Amino acid sequence: MTALSESGLILPRYRRDPEGTHPPLDSPGYKSTGLRHPKQPLVLLPHKLTEITGPLLGPGRLGELDNDLTKQHPEEPQGQRIIVHGRLLDGDGRPVPNSLVEIWQANAGGRYKHVWDNWPCPVDPHFDGVGRTITDNEGRYEFTTIKPGAYPWKNHDNAWRPAHIHFSVFGTAFTQRLVTQMYFPDDPLFSQDPIFNSVPDEKARNRMISRFDLSRTVPEWALAFEFDIVLRGREASVFENEEDE
Amino acid sequence: MSTPSQTVGPYLALGLPWADGPTVVEEGTPGAVWIRGVVYDGAGTPVPDGLIETWQADAHGRFDHPDDPRGAQPGFRGFGRCPTTDDGEYGILTVVPGALPGEAPHINVSVFARGLLHRVVTRIYFPENTAANAADPVLAAVPAERRDTLVARKSEDGYTFDVRLQGEGETVFFDV
Ligand SMILES: [Fe+3]
Repeated sequence: MTALSESGLILPRYRRDPEGTHPPLDSPGYKSTGLRHPKQPLVLLPHKLTEITGPLLGPGRLGELDNDLTKQHPEEPQGQRIIVHGRLLDGDGRPVPNSLVEIWQANAGGRYKHVWDNWPCPVDPHFDGVGRTITDNEGRYEFTTIKPGAYPWKNHDNAWRPAHIHFSVFGTAFTQRLVTQMYFPDDPLFSQDPIFNSVPDEKARNRMISRFDLSRTVPEWALAFEFDIVLRGREASVFENEEDE
Repeated sequence: MSTPSQTVGPYLALGLPWADGPTVVEEGTPGAVWIRGVVYDGAGTPVPDGLIETWQADAHGRFDHPDDPRGAQPGFRGFGRCPTTDDGEYGILTVVPGALPGEAPHINVSVFARGLLHRVVTRIYFPENTAANAADPVLAAVPAERRDTLVARKSEDGYTFDVRLQGEGETVFFDV
């Protein structure tokens, strides 16, 4: 144990995100945070071996049609067909290759195929709303799906979630694990949504909005949206025994 | 500039669980233990729409990862994932990790749920490692009266580790 420290176990550290990048856990506008946010202060966790490593989840996690949510049933789902693509990057702009991307979403009318979702909007028997893929060598990913609808959720009077796709990514380190939501440009529901608006910094908030991408639309077939996901970047390497001081 | 975190929402069970998520090691693996627990909210009510993820070294304290400066040890997934049941319960089948340089054996845990706009992170330590736990720098940085929230309890088939998101006995969560 000591020998390893003395021989200079060099560990990278990951930059902590600037204040305002992530939502405060206590966000009263989003009522469910009320009983679920910790009240004690978080304790700073140094970046050691468990934090700088993380699960590397490869192609073994994928089924054949996992990246095309319109082809998972014999018939196609209802709705506007779209291509959602982008890159998984770290905070220094470096692509994160070969990394698992998972998504889930509502159908075109805004209903999830989940037992708890029973608002009066039809379930689409041809749409599960679940996708997975792996980034390529340049960190790119791509899904074919349909544009999800907005849905009501009872958080406040006449509350509607803006259309969104849930994204889950891992990067290469425990510190980089991220679950977020991708939104669509110019959604009129942003102004009343406490989840979107829980992100304090406006620029950070806007990074969750995808960009309409005319260049990637497919004529007579599909619209396209681009959504890059940026994970934390590394600091220059430090010796572990310096970090401890 | 990082992309912000957002909640998994109530329907995470559509997209995140895997059939083999809870089994970091296969049933029957020598030394395999179940780590089970309940996730509670601030009213003491079990959280039925949460997800636990675990990340850990193997029994020798090694990671199958290129950034482990000691060299990757191939073969151990190290990652577990289990949604909570209607009663807020989760279970992960794994092996107790070995010690790491300067750290007691531990498992990193991420908790996701509706109502959590960002994951919360905690650590599982093991009750039999009294001396190693006493020397662990991360535990040492935690107020003494709250340290026991990070130490699992022995159970019939492994360990129990409950997560209390808020209030009495609140689990210690870390700023990663
Ligand atoms: Fe949603």
